[in-house]
Amino acid sequence: MRAPRSHLAGLTLLLMAAGAVHALDTTVLPDPKLQARYVALTHELRCMQCQNESIADSPVDLAADLREQVREQLLAGRTDQQIRDWMASRYSDFILFRPRYSWRNAWLWGTPVVLLLLGAVIAVRIVRQRARLLPADHEPLDEDLRS
Amino acid sequence: MNRFLVPLGVFALLVAVLAIAIRHAPEKGIIASPLIGKPAPAFDLPSLLEPRQRVSAAGLQGHWYLLNVWATWCGECRAEHEMLLKVKATGAVPLVGIDWKDDDQRAHEWLEQLGNPYQVVAVDRAGRTAIDWGVYAAPESFLVNPQGIVVYKVIGALTEDTWMHQVLPRVQGSLR
Repeated sequence: MRAPRSHLAGLTLLLMAAGAVHALDTTVLPDPKLQARYVALTHELRCMQCQNESIADSPVDLAADLREQVREQLLAGRTDQQIRDWMASRYSDFILFRPRYSWRNAWLWGTPVVLLLLGAVIAVRIVRQRARLLPADHEPLDEDLRS
Repeated sequence: MNRFLVPLGVFALLVAVLAIAIRHAPEKGIIASPLIGKPAPAFDLPSLLEPRQRVSAAGLQGHWYLLNVWATWCGECRAEHEMLLKVKATGAVPLVGIDWKDDDQRAHEWLEQLGNPYQVVAVDRAGRTAIDWGVYAAPESFLVNPQGIVVYKVIGALTEDTWMHQVLPRVQGSLR
């Protein structure tokens, strides 16, 4: 089948329009600094209904309500951490795309460090063991240097 | 042969850990409420059927109640309704409805047509109370004890099974 140019142009326009619709949050806060914090916060809070989208990207009603909460609380002078805690106390840590450190998940954060240290210890022991096995190698080198 | 034994052992351990984790993982899509064991979030909302009266968490304290978040736009709530009527018929625990971001007229019609299982229905038009309770998809139900502590949360429609094995035993004191 032939795809005439006008169809392609139409498709392009449609895609562009879809992109424009996607920017669904048009909230503007009076202060650019607050605005920046608003954008950052709404992007790191999960939409609980859709679960793989942030509340900034979700068209769901509840996401709009939670964005409104973020806006109101920012205007009321609350800190980012206070707002995150407020959300997590209602919707659990699951609402935070960036998980908090806690004793419950400490092993998760700690395991890579422990493994790295373990690897380093093993590596050092292997290197030392092999160094002890090859003392004869030094002599020819010394001779070469003398000549 | 011997040099493969350690990696094989590590691999077997990994398989065992993952198998246990998958077996015990909570059902996908279900998020544990941080509210369990904590005081019921305060609210003070107008009553749907008695517009001059108000419904508040403080006013409900002193007896068990099952707080049910519903709406006429929620299809799953319609499916759940029959079970709620059954719960009412048992008389074991009063149902408190939170009509979430709904149209009052439609809510009235809903209760007239399907029957009213609730002792009282609070109207949460702005959805603020639902957010305070950590509601993300109706229907959701919260069991609150006489001390005003949330002891159990049902996500999705209340089923006969959940009622018999989770909610009722808690009200009767045989399950904590």
